[in-house]
Amino acid sequence: MAAIVSVTDLTKTYDGGFQALKGVSLDISEGEILALLGPNGAGKTTLISAICGMITPSSGKISVGGHDIIDDYRAARRLIGLVPQEINLEPFEKVINTVRFTRGLFGKPRDDAYLEKILRQLSLWDKKDAPIKELSGGMKRRVLIAKALSHEPRVLFLDEPTAGVDVELRKDMWEIVEGLRADGVTIILTTHYIEEAEAIADRVGVITNGEILLVRPKDELIQQMGKKELWIELPDAIASVPVALESFDLRLEQDGTRLIYAYDTASERTGITKLLSTLSDEGITLRDVSTRQSSLEDIFVGLVGENA
Amino acid sequence: MNWQAIRAIYIFEMARFFRTLMQSFLSPVLSTSLYFVVFGAAIGSRIDQIEGVSYGAFIVPGLIMLTTMTQATANASFGIYFPKFIGTIYELLSAPISFLEIVIGYVGAAATKAFFIGMIILGTAFFFVDLPIKYPFLMLGFLILTCISFALFGFIIGIWAGNFEQLQIIPLLVITPLVFLGGSFYSVTMLPPFWQFVTMLNPVFYLVSGFRWAFFGTADVPIGLSLMAIALFTLACLVFIGWIFRTGWRIKP
Ligand SMILES: Nc1ncnc2c1ncn2[C@@H]1O[C@H](COP(=O)(O)OP(=O)(O)OP(=O)(O)O)[C@@H](O)[C@H]1O
Ligand SMILES: [Mg+2]
Repeated sequence: MAAIVSVTDLTKTYDGGFQALKGVSLDISEGEILALLGPNGAGKTTLISAICGMITPSSGKISVGGHDIIDDYRAARRLIGLVPQEINLEPFEKVINTVRFTRGLFGKPRDDAYLEKILRQLSLWDKKDAPIKELSGGMKRRVLIAKALSHEPRVLFLDEPTAGVDVELRKDMWEIVEGLRADGVTIILTTHYIEEAEAIADRVGVITNGEILLVRPKDELIQQMGKKELWIELPDAIASVPVALESFDLRLEQDGTRLIYAYDTASERTGITKLLSTLSDEGITLRDVSTRQSSLEDIFVGLVGENA
Repeated sequence: MNWQAIRAIYIFEMARFFRTLMQSFLSPVLSTSLYFVVFGAAIGSRIDQIEGVSYGAFIVPGLIMLTTMTQATANASFGIYFPKFIGTIYELLSAPISFLEIVIGYVGAAATKAFFIGMIILGTAFFFVDLPIKYPFLMLGFLILTCISFALFGFIIGIWAGNFEQLQIIPLLVITPLVFLGGSFYSVTMLPPFWQFVTMLNPVFYLVSGFRWAFFGTADVPIGLSLMAIALFTLACLVFIGWIFRTGWRIKP
């Protein structure tokens, strides 16, 4: 599919001399959901800010929908909706008015029916005439989302949309994202909740220290990078791993009733057959055998740890 | 031109104004009334006419100028400073709008508010004094131009300001003294020569004088000079705003 957002060799050095992005290149396909993971200060917000026009890139090229974000900023920005990480809202303004304001800024004529639809979707309709300062934190975040959607964007940036949001609202948010995906909206979200990326993303990008470590389809990432584990449950507890099995690097858990063998799914020989036959040679009986796949979280922690 | 965006900014800003309608109107009306009582009634009764105009009427143009300049500056500077302060500026930066459109929206709204307040003071003045207006259209034109140019000036202040103190200090420290020393409440001919010379260096003096000319047909300096002064001031603000636009000064890291 065609790239709707294309970032090439992007760098950003802040006025203080700090280089927050060190040559980032990234293509985002139309209609996909991309989750950007990375520790605090990795440069996620900086990357989004550069694409959306809130900061001036130091070097590199960015285009959205084929439009350069500097030379053709109007066409590029019309496609973009942004939910910022910080909750920035005019406290005294009414919900409906701030949403209308954003729609107007993006050059769209007033359309109250459409705004009603998104406010209802976000359960904000009965608060439409309330001043922002009377809303709870979660509601304010939803107002930010309503604003971002008010002008019918084709690309939506969500910078930690679920930070400080309760479980229920987080689920609502995922549903909204699903709905938008069904409408063909491209979504880029940053998050610290890895289960979130695992639940909704098509691809996952990992960024640390201003560099993209990798961008991969989520499933492929879990499959390739993930270690699989073979869990062998024993009917009788053993005190230690038998000498004959030492070469397999097994872990013994559950008071000696579980043997865990970690293996690499990508390698040619997993060693499982050999392990099982050695076990039977040793006369160890098995109660049950199962496999576990490591989660995105394990992968992420491993990756970031390696590159720290 | 993204007219929708200009409209959106304008409406949003005017809404802020209407939310605080009482404050917006009451304080200028009150302070103007006080000026009339103190300067017009108490002092004015001891001063004869100045250049054939009663003292109460003579101070009206200066009073209107004082308030509209202060209001235009304060409204525009607050209008653009506040989004910077609370962070909603991200919307302006990421929207498909040019800096020119942002300026038109904010400056237009601030100038409109200042203009209405000026008109209210003019209305209030009629309660206190007999007020001839010799060239009404010129008077309105001059007032509008003043509102716009000082709103531009305020916009620059708002972009420049890093905190609320800086935001308030310019109107307080610059505009008020310049208006008071700019012949608002006296004719410059009443001053000794040295102070007459100093007054000539005060840009606001030319505006007050020109505005007064529209009312009474007499002034301290020729009307052409006044028009030139306001045009120069507007131009200077526009050039500076153009520079901000090109460099992203104080708005965009
Ligand atoms: N305006 C700024 N001036 C100077 N340095 C900045 C500025 N904004 C961000 N930085 C620095 O750039 C780096 C990247 O910041 P950024 O906000 O992009 O991180 P992030 O990945 O979004 O982190 P988080 O998960 O905490 O939101 C940080 O080291 C930060 O201190
Ligand atoms: Mg961030």
